Amino acid sequence: MAEKPINDYGFEQFLNEGKLMGSMCNGCETLYVPPRSLCPGCRHSEMEWTETAGEGRLAAFTSISIGTPAMIKEGYDRNNPYCSGVVELVEGARVVARIEGVDSIHPETVEVGMRLRVKFLNQGTDDDRGTVLAFSPIEE
Amino acid sequence: MYKKRKLGRGVAMVGAGMSSFDMFSDKDSKDLFAEAFVELNTSVDKGLDPADIDALYLGNFTNDFFVRQSHWGAILSDSLGLVPKPATRTEGACASSALAFREGVFAIASGFYDVVLVGGVEDMSKRSTEEVAEGLALAASPYERKAGLTFPGVFAAIATAYFEKYGASREHLMNVTIKSHANAPLNPKAQFNLAIRDMMDAKVKRAKSQGRAVPDWIDEKDFLRDARANPPIAWPMHLFDCCPISDGAACILLVAEEIANRFTDDPLHVVGLGQGSGRALHSADDLTYFEATRHAAKEAYDMSGLTPEDVQFAEVHDCFSIAEILHIEDLGFFKPGEGHKAVEEGLTRLDGPMPVNTSGGLKCKGHPVGATGAAQLIEVWEQLRDKAGRRGVPKSDLRIGAAHNLGGTGGTCTFTILERR
Ligand SMILES: [Zn+2]
Repeated sequence: MAEKPINDYGFEQFLNEGKLMGSMCNGCETLYVPPRSLCPGCRHSEMEWTETAGEGRLAAFTSISIGTPAMIKEGYDRNNPYCSGVVELVEGARVVARIEGVDSIHPETVEVGMRLRVKFLNQGTDDDRGTVLAFSPIEE
Repeated sequence: MYKKRKLGRGVAMVGAGMSSFDMFSDKDSKDLFAEAFVELNTSVDKGLDPADIDALYLGNFTNDFFVRQSHWGAILSDSLGLVPKPATRTEGACASSALAFREGVFAIASGFYDVVLVGGVEDMSKRSTEEVAEGLALAASPYERKAGLTFPGVFAAIATAYFEKYGASREHLMNVTIKSHANAPLNPKAQFNLAIRDMMDAKVKRAKSQGRAVPDWIDEKDFLRDARANPPIAWPMHLFDCCPISDGAACILLVAEEIANRFTDDPLHVVGLGQGSGRALHSADDLTYFEATRHAAKEAYDMSGLTPEDVQFAEVHDCFSIAEILHIEDLGFFKPGEGHKAVEEGLTRLDGPMPVNTSGGLKCKGHPVGATGAAQLIEVWEQLRDKAGRRGVPKSDLRIGAAHNLGGTGGTCTFTILERR
């Protein structure tokens, strides 16, 4: 695995490669996603990259009608809302992410607790390249 | 290692003033703060010589973004004629002026100053709604922005976690909105001063006079369920779950307790002071409470020797309806998971056992973010000093009131308890 800085820059580089990575604290074995360079629990600063399974459950969510500037630019609005939420990974850590593949017009059909798998939304090209973390339901 | 807090010497609140809260196209922060200061001057029973003010602590969240101007401590010190006295700006997102209040208290308690002006200001309405949302989101975490989460979006997500854990629903959020709007008509300074029923009647009347289809809402909740009247912002939250965009200023005069009688025979005493910090949404221990509020409450109760039962009414930071439910639990007024039931049962109404947001709250009074913490304490001041008029808490021996202020998505929270003796 290439040497990537254990911080938000490294996290983004992994997202661009289609990997959801966190940092494991060598002191107390807590997993942080996104990674942290200092463990807020035991204050160790020795961390190791760890790949997650990319699966989890929906812990909280919303369907947003009035979005962030970036989402408005993507064409989302009152008539075309989008879902975002908090996902609890099988490893225990939680992440915030876009929630895709659910009915954002009828958010009452979306269930907290539903199983989700990671999805990488690639945006921009070359220098502008960025990947947005998303999850979508696992068909059961 | 936990130490019970106490002040080096007592601090008293002896004056207060606030501007109107609204969207003003022709008033800036200097005008609004001057308006608040003029009212403060008239509120000091035995008069104030502004030359006696030792220092200014000013809360402001992000006028830097809203009006492309920073350094408001010095600017307002100049406009009030306080130079060359020191002026210091505090920032804790929407809790900025509660931090200014605390710094003022500490400055006096340390013995360094005797008379301190504290307050806050925000000038938000000169930007579009989308830009205001962008400005407020500067206090969220970068991860939240990237996930498309707006400020309302974060609180909406918290609401779904709360619903799931405690079996509550959107109907419970509506109870908060209806209660806030019931108090608002009694507050002459409220930005929105209509009860929900009044608004419904006005819309029916307008529809009739214009020959349009007349809405047939059966009650307030039916109106709030109607997506045309109450459009979604971030499900499950709709327009009426969210506080408005406001411009405004508020200020408070703090003095050493030992000289309070130079200003009034009826000061309020700062008996409990607490502040906490919290984590970003994804790393919170639990999505259904604010860690920072619980810490602030513990500090303030410990310092005062009081318990939640001793607090007779409170202003809490209802930037969104769900937030009010969480706060009244975190502050110990109701057990975790019981807040939504308490509101449903009317326990937090003006005439209930624990009135919450008698001012109409941020939802109706308005929320000029940097001024809010001070404005909440001014509601406590007016209630305790019998100046709240028709919205006065109907309890005999009103003695202890409190205010809870929250910044960002719970990153900074304060809790302040005031006592009239
Ligand atoms: Zn650790």
